[in-house]
Amino acid sequence: MRSRARVLTLLAGLLALGLVPLVAALTQQPFYLDLFRRIMIFAIAAVSLDLILGFGGMVSFGHAAYLGIGAYAVAIPAFYGIHSGLVQWPLAMVLSGLAALAIGAVSLRTSGVSFIMITLAFAQMLYYLGISINAWGADDGMRLARRSQFGGVLDLTNGYVFYYVVFGLLLTLLWLGNRLVHARFGVVIRAARSNEPRMRAIGFSTFRYKLAAFGIAGAIGGLAGALLTNQTEYLTPSYMHWTRSGEIMVMVILGGIGTLYGPVLGAVAFLLLEDVLSAWTVHWQVVLGPLLVLVVLYARRGLWGLLPEARRADG
Amino acid sequence: MPTAEPLLAVRGLIKRFGGLVATDGIDLDVAEGETLAVIGPNGAGKTTLIGQLSGDLPPDAGSIRFAGVDVTALPAPARSQRGLARSFQITSIFREFTALDNVALAVQAHAGHSFRFWTPAFTERALREPARATLERVGLGARADVVAGTLAHGEQRQLEIAMALATRPRLLLLDEPVAGMGADESQRMVRLLRELRGRHTIVLVEHDMDVVWALADRIAVMVYGRVIACGTPEAIRANAEVRRAYLGEEVPA
Repeated sequence: MRSRARVLTLLAGLLALGLVPLVAALTQQPFYLDLFRRIMIFAIAAVSLDLILGFGGMVSFGHAAYLGIGAYAVAIPAFYGIHSGLVQWPLAMVLSGLAALAIGAVSLRTSGVSFIMITLAFAQMLYYLGISINAWGADDGMRLARRSQFGGVLDLTNGYVFYYVVFGLLLTLLWLGNRLVHARFGVVIRAARSNEPRMRAIGFSTFRYKLAAFGIAGAIGGLAGALLTNQTEYLTPSYMHWTRSGEIMVMVILGGIGTLYGPVLGAVAFLLLEDVLSAWTVHWQVVLGPLLVLVVLYARRGLWGLLPEARRADG
Repeated sequence: MPTAEPLLAVRGLIKRFGGLVATDGIDLDVAEGETLAVIGPNGAGKTTLIGQLSGDLPPDAGSIRFAGVDVTALPAPARSQRGLARSFQITSIFREFTALDNVALAVQAHAGHSFRFWTPAFTERALREPARATLERVGLGARADVVAGTLAHGEQRQLEIAMALATRPRLLLLDEPVAGMGADESQRMVRLLRELRGRHTIVLVEHDMDVVWALADRIAVMVYGRVIACGTPEAIRANAEVRRAYLGEEVPA
């Protein structure tokens, strides 16, 4: 039911992402490979945040916590010589998912500003935990000796292979996410954002659904974190810093709250802006700020929402 | 008074807000199939009573039995699952969803769990068809695909009733269903409620006395958090205390 403009933009955008390695190879600019891989990793994080923020109306200001847990779940095993991605990546998702369930179980009893503050506080607690553990690098972090290993099948040290792994994961996430938001589960969390008292009155115990959504978003955030340490080949607690949560949130708002593809667009716009503008000035956020204000004022559904809308907004 | 065990039995229900006693020891029985109207001046505690019956407000004391089970401690969703449905005084709908989606959600709430991540819910026939039938029943069949927030006020009130009905309730709690309606809309709503009457057990809070006389089998009169009288419309009309306290008439001693 999406309009033609949106479908075309989506396909063109995904095609372009798929062709980045080709361009990078032809122009001999491996830098693009790096940049767009990083963009896609943050796109995964932003999409997962939007599942709870946009679709579920849960304004979590601590999403970087899951990014961090995912990163540690790769770096700590690696530190002890366990390099298998089949161990690290599922571990990243399970641990960050469990952390999200625990944080959600407490936070979801509040709402509004309290909710924002509690999620922020949990993330900062984890950040301070990270910088205080000397064995795992404290605030210096640790170098990742090797990228995650997948037997002989996938070699992530090859930038192209790694790129398409991230690309594949992003596509899978968008596909599954599209199923989820239209399935019964997705309808419940969207309706709970719209009118929670009404949901309870017609018989939904909304808490359990919101908590499950929180856990799912956390697990995907963890996967993004696992990818991010592999990307930078470095672990730092700053992945969990609250400014990082803010950046992911800005990507969601910029791209389009409550849309599935908007956050991808937001991640592209945010990180490209950062890349281009920071070459001119370190104060690149002077440009980002007003842009964000304009988007919030004039485009309720962000950049994605600027595309002509079909009868029912569902992207 | 009903002779069989009442569908709803309220005993000694007390709710305080700070120093204010909003409901002050309410006793109330509602028999299966009857329509009980709760009337009273503003601030008498009617909406607080509905809130406690639906499970949105925990009472400070007293008990609520519904269909033979003590539901006093159950939250709103659990009471809905047992067959208690409510409408809100201030229209409460999913504004950005279509009318049909609104009702389908109510059907979905009573069609097993919603931990289903794969099949699109808005094309599920098992949800759509009962929802459509319910919309037809309240007279909104032609408006099924309209976004609920853009429906006229009266239509939104009808939609509220449809959502309550779609949960297949044993008891309908209706909080001022004709509030804010024009004469035409109000008449349409009364016609609808007249059809539901007898087929459903209804507790109706209403200010409009014409609506009350038209629908109620019995009337409970609340003043300052207490039920000062409860009986047939004729008995209430004749009750001197009610006329003095509420209907505002001078009654010769």
